[in-house]
Amino acid sequence: MSSNQEPLAAHNQSGRAQRVNLDAGGNARLTTLGRTAYLQALDDGWADHRRLHHEGRRARALYDGAREAVASVLGARTDEVFFAPSPTAAFHAVIPALLAGHKRKGNLVVASRIERAAVLNALEFSNATEHLVTVDERGFVDPDGFSAAVAQPGVAFAALQQANHEVATLQPLDHAREACTKAGVPLLVDATASLTHVAPPTGLWDALIASPADWGGGQGVGVLALKSRARARRVWPEDQDAWFPGGASLPAIFAAAVTLQEAESLRKERAQLHTELIDSIRRAAALLPDTEVLGDPFNRLPHMCTFSCLYVDSEALMAQFDALGFAVGSGSACTSASLEPSHVLAAMGVLTHGNVRVTLDWDVTREQVARFVQVLPQAVAQVRGEMGVTGL
Amino acid sequence: MTVHFLDTRGQRCPQPIINLAKFVLTIDENDSVEIVSSDPAAEFDIPAWARLKGRACSAPRSSRDGISPPSSNSFEVWFTVGPR
Repeated sequence: MSSNQEPLAAHNQSGRAQRVNLDAGGNARLTTLGRTAYLQALDDGWADHRRLHHEGRRARALYDGAREAVASVLGARTDEVFFAPSPTAAFHAVIPALLAGHKRKGNLVVASRIERAAVLNALEFSNATEHLVTVDERGFVDPDGFSAAVAQPGVAFAALQQANHEVATLQPLDHAREACTKAGVPLLVDATASLTHVAPPTGLWDALIASPADWGGGQGVGVLALKSRARARRVWPEDQDAWFPGGASLPAIFAAAVTLQEAESLRKERAQLHTELIDSIRRAAALLPDTEVLGDPFNRLPHMCTFSCLYVDSEALMAQFDALGFAVGSGSACTSASLEPSHVLAAMGVLTHGNVRVTLDWDVTREQVARFVQVLPQAVAQVRGEMGVTGL
Repeated sequence: MTVHFLDTRGQRCPQPIINLAKFVLTIDENDSVEIVSSDPAAEFDIPAWARLKGRACSAPRSSRDGISPPSSNSFEVWFTVGPR
């Protein structure tokens, strides 16, 4: 950078660069309230909540309160809510259990091509016959294709995300629910990217999975909600914690529940701000040369957007943003251990390299996004310059 | 109207696309390019590049003629990219 330019990374009074988390998908900062709840649960709920003495019962009260709070947000009964050590663990448990519960019906599972890897991996591991419905170039699942697929004989269950975790596109969940009800097929809804950002999918799921780390509840816990009518047979040993043997961390569970209520109460005002801020990033990205802004501009999560820059190595671009104080995400193969491109971007038929994913955290400010929008053109131009691909 | 050949085997994402973009600058505007890549991302990125640049692009083929096996045991994808 030449000396006559202003430094691009903002500094606070102590001179330390301020970090901005623009990679908040499943990776949001623990909220202040969440931290307080976590510490309170460490103090008051340190005991094993399954033991019947005074200490155990104090822990139990926190655990029961957490279940109740989550159930009320999801429109579930308290005994329909379970806590896993992670959302991934929840997918890995519920998918084989739903398959086992519908064994006599068949082992066909209908899902979109752009479900999370945890879903697709669990289906493959369980030897399910997969019917993966195509998506269009904006990431919307083909609604007629989905309806036709669930109406086939031998469908054990269907799985659909409320919104995509890489490109933010909202799926036609109402339509999917209707088709599943008509066909008598249970629906597993992946709400890991969407809960607290859009209205909860109340009444639309038979099983639902959510990710507290996505709303500022911290890592180390996942939520499974399962309707009591759902046929699911657990395919692992008995335990007092029937769904997740050994249970999950109580402080993480308690913080997850408290922050869920917090995020839900702030959802509308946050969504309004996030929509406006993401619109400004989408506009700025669309002005970059040879850049494709992905997903739908309107029917999307409020706090996420993704774009791909031709000829750019995502890893170099992420390092460039990192040096400027911004943590961003990417769905490009060049940034993952495997050389396989993102199955989401591939299924949409869009550029899989040079991919940048911006996901706003709950504490994001207008000033931070304005600064990102300001540095964006130069950051991309600099990486292109270093790679010798300017003017292609 | 010549069909040129560009071999990007062994190059990793996004190098095949960079070399394709550089290559088309050197050929006549009515010419086409037959390109082969061993990078799994190229299967999706070459058609996406062609779409962004307003060029025609064939369906992917697993070998030069789409019938015979690829020249090595590893992954290969072939395309013919047309003029603008």
